[in-house]
Amino acid sequence: MNRLILNKIILLLSTLSAVIGIGFLFWILATLSYKGITSIHWATFTKDLVDGGIRNLLVGQFTMALMATFVAVPVGMMAGIYLREYGHGSKLASIIRNLSDVMMSAPSIVIGVFVYALLVDPFGSYNGWAGAVALAIMMIPIIISTTDNMLALVPTELREAGMALGGSKHKIILQIVVRAAKVGITTGILLSFARIIGETAPLLFTSANNQFFTMDLGDQFPSLTVSIYNLATYPDEASRELAWAASFILTMIVLTINLLGRFVIRNKK
Amino acid sequence: MTKNNLVMELKNFSFTYAGATKPSLKKINLPIEENKITAMIGPSGCGKSTLLRSMNRIHDLYPGNSYEGKINLYRADGSKQNILDLKKENDFIRLRQEVGMIFQKPTPFPMSIFDNVAYGLRLAGIKNRSELEGRVEKALKGAAIWDETKERLGESALGMSGGQQQRLCIARAVALKPRVLLFDEPTSALDPISTGAIEELIAEIKSEVSVVIVTHNMQQASRLSDYTAFMYLGDLAEFDKTEKIFLNPKEKLTEDYITGRFG
Amino acid sequence: MGGKLFRNFSFFSATLSFFILVGIFAILFHYAQESMHTFGFDFLWTEQWEPGEDDEGGIFGGYIPIVGTLLSTIIAMVIATPLAMGIAIFLTEIASVTVAKPVSIAIELLAAIPSIIYGMWGLFYFAPVVQSIFGGNGVGLLTAGIVLAIMIVPFMAAITRDSMNTTPSVLKESAYAMGATKFEVIKDVIMPYSKGGIIGSIILALGRALGETMAVAFLIGSVMHTVGKVTDPTTSIPVLLANNFAEAEDLEMSSMYFLALILFVVSFIIISSAKFYFLGRKVK
Repeated sequence: MNRLILNKIILLLSTLSAVIGIGFLFWILATLSYKGITSIHWATFTKDLVDGGIRNLLVGQFTMALMATFVAVPVGMMAGIYLREYGHGSKLASIIRNLSDVMMSAPSIVIGVFVYALLVDPFGSYNGWAGAVALAIMMIPIIISTTDNMLALVPTELREAGMALGGSKHKIILQIVVRAAKVGITTGILLSFARIIGETAPLLFTSANNQFFTMDLGDQFPSLTVSIYNLATYPDEASRELAWAASFILTMIVLTINLLGRFVIRNKK
Repeated sequence: MTKNNLVMELKNFSFTYAGATKPSLKKINLPIEENKITAMIGPSGCGKSTLLRSMNRIHDLYPGNSYEGKINLYRADGSKQNILDLKKENDFIRLRQEVGMIFQKPTPFPMSIFDNVAYGLRLAGIKNRSELEGRVEKALKGAAIWDETKERLGESALGMSGGQQQRLCIARAVALKPRVLLFDEPTSALDPISTGAIEELIAEIKSEVSVVIVTHNMQQASRLSDYTAFMYLGDLAEFDKTEKIFLNPKEKLTEDYITGRFG
Repeated sequence: MGGKLFRNFSFFSATLSFFILVGIFAILFHYAQESMHTFGFDFLWTEQWEPGEDDEGGIFGGYIPIVGTLLSTIIAMVIATPLAMGIAIFLTEIASVTVAKPVSIAIELLAAIPSIIYGMWGLFYFAPVVQSIFGGNGVGLLTAGIVLAIMIVPFMAAITRDSMNTTPSVLKESAYAMGATKFEVIKDVIMPYSKGGIIGSIILALGRALGETMAVAFLIGSVMHTVGKVTDPTTSIPVLLANNFAEAEDLEMSSMYFLALILFVVSFIIISSAKFYFLGRKVK
C-alpha cells in the first residue's frame, strides 16, 4: 500500500480513538448529570437512607475515607521517606518499593476478603473500623509511591546544604526535603483520597451498609457506594432514582477533588 | 560565482517562530555552493541553527512558524525549486531525502546497526535485500566505520560509543545520496578524538555531497570549511571565503567575534 | 534521640506493606485449606458450584468464574489496546497543544470516575445498545467486556502517552529528516523507543481488568453458567465474591477464599512481571 495513504489512515484512526474516548466521557457524564440532577431533592441530603435520603451515607463514606486517610498519610509518607532518604539504594528498599507498587494494583475485592477474615469474622459483625482499614490498605501504597517519587525530585544539593549547616538528618528531612516536596505530596494525597472515596468492593463485606445514621464504628456502617450497588438493582423506581442521585453526587465529589489536586500543582508551577 | 554550481540559494529569507512578534531571521541572502563546505558561525541565539533547520523545513513539524522570501534548491537535472512553496507531505518527504540532517547529539534509532543505515533506503522504497546490503556497506565504508561494524551489523546501534553513533548517523544520511547534508553542531557532544574523526569524514564526503555545518567552534569552521557565514542577532553579518573571514574580515563585528572579544 | 525514633518509625512503616502482602497471602491460603484439601487441582476444571444438603459438604469448582474472568478480560484487552494506543498517538503526535491539553485532562477524568458508575451506566444505558446489536438479554460476557474496556482505556492511554512522550524530539526529527512519514516515525522510532512503557501499561491494565469488581458485577449477569455464546451471562471471580462471599459458609466459604487466592496470585504475577521486566523502576 502507498505509504502516504497508510499514514493518513493510521492518523485518522488515532484521531477517531480520541473522539471515541471523549465521546464516552460525555455520554457517561451527560446521562449521569441528567438522571442525577432530576433525581436530587432537598430531602436527598437531609434524610437518611431509611427515609429515602443519603445523609447518613455521605457522612459514613466520608468518615471511613477520612479515617483511612489519617492512618495512610503518616504511614505512607514515613514509608516513602524511608525508601528515599534512609534505605535508598539498598536491596531492602528496592524490594519494598516493588511490593508496594504491586499492592497498589492488587484487586480491591481481595483486600475486602482479607479484612473480612481479619476484622469481621472474628468479631461476628460488619463494622466501620473494618471498612476504614480496608480503605487504608488501598491508600497506603499510593501515598508511598507519591512520597517516594516527589522526594526523588528534590535536588541532592538541598540535602547537602542542610547537612553543611549542621542539621541532623531527620530535621533536614522534615524541615527541608519534605517541605520542598510539599505540593507534589499534597496532590498525591488528594488524588488518592478521590480514589478511595469512590471504592465499593473493599467495603462490601467489611463495613457493609447501614440504613440508619450512626457514628458507631463498631456497628455496620453506612456506605454511599455499597448503597448505590444495592439500590440500583432494586426494582422500584424510587430506589433507582436515589441510586442515580447518589452516583451523580459521588462522581461530582471525586472529580472535584481530582481537579482540585491538579489545580494545586498548576498553581505552584 | 555562477548559478550553475550552486546547490541552494537563500534570497531575502526571513523566519518567524510561532507566537513571536519579531522575526528570528531577517532577510538572509546566502548562496550554498555545490560540493563545498559552508560553515555558519556566530554567538548562541544568533539564528544559525534556525537557519539550518529551515533548509530542510524540519521547522514544519511544529505548527505556526512562518517563512518569507525564497530558498531555492537546484537539482542535479538543472531544475530549480523554491522549497518554501512545498505544501504536500510527499514533497516534504522528497525534500528531506535530498537535504539530509545530522544533529548535535547522535540519534541512532532503537534498531540494529544495519537497519539504521537501511532505514532511509527502505523508506525510499528499496526492498531488494542484496541492493540494501550493498548500499549499507558502501555507506558504512564511506563513513569509515565499516571495519568496526561489519562483524556486528545485527546488534543494536544503541551499544555503540558516541563517536561511532554519530558516524553511523552520517552513514545513514549519506546512504540516501542527498544533494545537501546539514550538520547542526555535530561534534559538540563528542570527545576530541571522535571530533577529529568526524571532521575528517566531513572533509571526505564533500566530493559527493554539499555540506552546511553550524558550529560554535571557530577552529572547526576554519579547518573544515570553504565558505563561512557569520551570523549575528538574526542577520547574516558577513559571508565570504573562509580564509577571507578569518584572516581579513570586512566587518569589525566579525573580527571582534573571531578574535574572541565577545561570544 | 528523636532522629532514631523517626528513623525506626519510617522503617516500620516501610516494612508494613511487606507484612500486609504476606498477610493477605497467608490468610487466604489458610482459609482456602479446606477447599484445597477437598478438591485439589480439580477445583480449576470443575463446573459445578453446588452446596450439599443441610449445608454440609457439596461440590465447588472454580471453572466458570475463572473462565468468565479470563474471557471478559480478553474481550476488554482486545478492544482497549488499539483504542488506547490510538489515543496516546493522538495526544503525543497529532493534536496541537491547545487540543491535547483538554483532551488529556478529559481522559484522566475518565480514569478517575469510580468503577461503580461505569457499572451502573453500563447496566441502564449501554446494555440495551449491546442487546439491540448483538442480541442476548443485554447483560452478559460481551457487555461486561466492552464496559471493562471503556474503563481501562484511559488508564492505559495515560501511561502509554507518558512513555511515548519520553522519546527525545531530536530522535523523531532525525527520522523525519530522512523522509519518514508520521506513521513511520511512530512505528519505527517512538514505539520501539517506548516499548517497555507501552507493554508495561498493557500488562498493568490487564491486571486491573482481571481484578475489577463493580463495573463487571452490574453487567456480567452473575449466574453460574458456562458461556456458549459471547452474549451469554456468566460470572467472574470478583463478581462471585462480591455477591456471594458474605452469605457463604464452611466449604463454600473456603472455596471462595480459594478463588480469592487464585485471583490474588495471578494478579501478583502479572503486576510484578510488568514492573520488573517492562517498567523498570528508575532508581535515581
